[in-house]
Amino acid sequence: MATAAIEIENLTKDYPFGFLHLKKKTSLEGLTMSVEDGEVFGFLGPNGAGKSTTIKLLVGLIFPSAGTARILGKSISDISMHADIGYLPEQPYFYDYLTAAELLDYFARFHDLPGQERKVRVDRMLKKVGLETARKIQLRKYSKGMLQRVGLAQAILHDPKVVILDEPMSGLDPVGRREVRDIILELKQAGKTVLFSTHILSDAEMLCDRVGVIVGGKLRGVGAPDEIVGMKAQAMEILFEYEGAAAGLQCLLSKATQTGKRYHLQVAEGDLYATLQQLGSAGAKILSVTQVKATLEEYFMHLVEADRAQAQAIEVSGK
Amino acid sequence: MSRVGAVALNTFREAVRDRVLYNLVFFALVMIAASILVGQVSIGIEEMVIVTLGLSAISVIGLLIAVFIGVGLVSKEMDKRTLYALLAKPVRRWEFLLGKFGGLVLTLTVNTLAMAAGLFLALKLVKSSAEILEGSVFVAVYFILLKLALVVALALLFSCFTTPLLSILYTAGLYIAGLFVMEMRNYQSETMSPALQSILRWLSYLLPNFENFDVMAAAAHGRAIPGALIAQNTAYAAVYCAVLLAAAAAIFTKRNLK
Amino acid sequence: MSAGRSTALLCAVLLLGFLGVWKLQHAIDAQLAATHQEQDDLVLRSGPMLKAMSLEYAPLAADLYWTRVVQYYGNKQATRQTNIELLWPLLDVTTTLDPNLLVAYRFGAVFLSERPPLGAGEPERAIELLRRGIRANPEYWRFYEDLGFVYYFHLKDYSKAADAFLEGSKRPGAMIWMKVVAARISEKGETLETSAILWSEIYNSTNDPSIKKNAKTHLQLLRARADCAQLNSIAAEYEERTGRHLRTMRELVNAGLLPAPPVDPEGYAYTFDSEGKAQINPASPLFKEQSIQQKTF
Repeated sequence: MATAAIEIENLTKDYPFGFLHLKKKTSLEGLTMSVEDGEVFGFLGPNGAGKSTTIKLLVGLIFPSAGTARILGKSISDISMHADIGYLPEQPYFYDYLTAAELLDYFARFHDLPGQERKVRVDRMLKKVGLETARKIQLRKYSKGMLQRVGLAQAILHDPKVVILDEPMSGLDPVGRREVRDIILELKQAGKTVLFSTHILSDAEMLCDRVGVIVGGKLRGVGAPDEIVGMKAQAMEILFEYEGAAAGLQCLLSKATQTGKRYHLQVAEGDLYATLQQLGSAGAKILSVTQVKATLEEYFMHLVEADRAQAQAIEVSGK
Repeated sequence: MSRVGAVALNTFREAVRDRVLYNLVFFALVMIAASILVGQVSIGIEEMVIVTLGLSAISVIGLLIAVFIGVGLVSKEMDKRTLYALLAKPVRRWEFLLGKFGGLVLTLTVNTLAMAAGLFLALKLVKSSAEILEGSVFVAVYFILLKLALVVALALLFSCFTTPLLSILYTAGLYIAGLFVMEMRNYQSETMSPALQSILRWLSYLLPNFENFDVMAAAAHGRAIPGALIAQNTAYAAVYCAVLLAAAAAIFTKRNLK
Repeated sequence: MSAGRSTALLCAVLLLGFLGVWKLQHAIDAQLAATHQEQDDLVLRSGPMLKAMSLEYAPLAADLYWTRVVQYYGNKQATRQTNIELLWPLLDVTTTLDPNLLVAYRFGAVFLSERPPLGAGEPERAIELLRRGIRANPEYWRFYEDLGFVYYFHLKDYSKAADAFLEGSKRPGAMIWMKVVAARISEKGETLETSAILWSEIYNSTNDPSIKKNAKTHLQLLRARADCAQLNSIAAEYEERTGRHLRTMRELVNAGLLPAPPVDPEGYAYTFDSEGKAQINPASPLFKEQSIQQKTF
């Protein structure tokens, strides 16, 4: 049986705080999950849920209070494992006195790439993330989006098997987000394993084979995006334009939401075709028909609310 | 080892691109030029003034650089998070530390040699009586460099676990204490208990002894500096630095980043 | 306001401003000079404390204090002030900061022991300074020369002087005359020849202009003394021969005993005082120097 690319078992992280560090804050509790070879896995959760903590534990920036994890079969405490992973930190900040080319070259040295090879790869990466023209400009002059792209470049420069990205989309404009999405898809196509964290649900839905939802330091659910929500289409929504005032349609129109000439109308799945026929014969112009289902967002919000309620209950009752 | 070298060269590059460094070195060179004028004012000590003023300028500027850049070596990277992407690479934390140390020492070496060149030029210009031994002046500069390396190691150690401001205070404090180690060792007082006195003695051996490196008087008066001392001081600096760097590595390897 | 005019205005303001500052500074300087009493100030007199405070830069601090010594002494001489009381504390600090600053000890040896206004008039302090110098620089023979000199010239302690010269003659590089002088002092005490040798040595061996000038003056006075002694003996001979009391040098010249009226090293003719003894011409600068030395002859 092939081992998963990333295997996590009971990973826990406590932070001592307060006077004399006697109290403990648990930012991650007993995380157990795995990421398969070649899959794109999304970590979802609100701010402070433990996504970044998990990633930092995997990458060796912080050390677990309990539990273990393995990447590509090697323990996370094994430094040689780092040769096969790429990491993009959250809100990356790099040496601002270096240029993009210099930074990539610097990082490339740690992967034992010989001089000529480094140059080739650096050029390729800069082209890939669209920073070719800015390669000689010092990083202190870069915009946030450009820094994010440099960060991506240094993460995949050495062609790692596993790529770990912490909030890769944050702070980017729609164009930037599109570019990052494309790169992640490219990586997937190349057979890499990608783990990324985000709180933008639509990105997760679009990109991920599976998602894991973390709230309050605990893993709440793992699975394919629609599986996790376990949804079937509840209703259909019709978007149409109508300017007339046919009597038969009044009933329908009154149930619809109106903006100018446009109407949003929800009907049960079974009634869809009948309604469409009715509208069509009345001369309405059908613009679109979509499924209405409970989204990841609702599931998500539900979890967050439940967690908050629980936390409040604990506070009120004392420990 | 090449990873250590990569970190060292990058640290050096960072220092080179920092304008403050150039201003400091320029200031030192101005001091040395001024020393030629000051020497003319005093009778009988023209060269001595150049040597003492020059060595003092090199020492003070070097200390400023060593302390102020040294205390930020690790803490700055942690605060600014430039360290995050780096530590995810296959590089060990002690390799990173050693590279930072090496980079700053390299910077200091280059700066010190540049200032020393100015000093020797000034001496050449004021060649009157050949009382000054150029070799001794060069040894004095070398000892300053050894001293600076030790200060960098101290600053680096503090940088691993405390804020820059506190690091500056601790490093400066240890440096000044290290200049009075002999007084500490020979301190006799009837009012102090023998236990306290022996603690003071132990402390005097434990603290970094910066008096070892003070040969300005010898250089200024043209006395030769014994080769044995050169070897011993080099060994002392190397061993003490190794101890400090090992401690720094131990602390930093276990440290959780924010 | 246009850019050109505001620039011109700015230049005018700067120019007038600096002119005003310059003029004001002159006025302030004049004011301070008028009210300026003896502002001798040496706040920190503790050598060891200053040494501790200067961390490892003691030699540099020594150089700075030495500069201060030179300026202090020069200033005193230039303004003809007679109390040179800060010389000792300054030299004390300087030599504590750098015990190997040879020039400081030599300077102190001369000007601590000379009577005011030429020096501080404290020969015991000079001895103390030199002893410190010898402790720190045991092989430097010139300190023994200076030590012997102070004992001989200012303290009139000939046995200690002879000891010092003898001790010094054993040091590396010591000149042979040290031994000679030691013997001569033991034997004869103070003589004109010995004094001349010593002052010549000081004159030749120093680069310090103050010391050189002082030595030269002393040598001139010695010369004058020798001359006067010789003139007195010639005059005595004349009186014996002719039975007449001399009034002027002219008479000696007329009698053919001297080729011309004798002059002192500064070019002024010797005269006879009221008792008929040869003396330096009161118009000569040496007359004043001599009275400072308070030598009687």
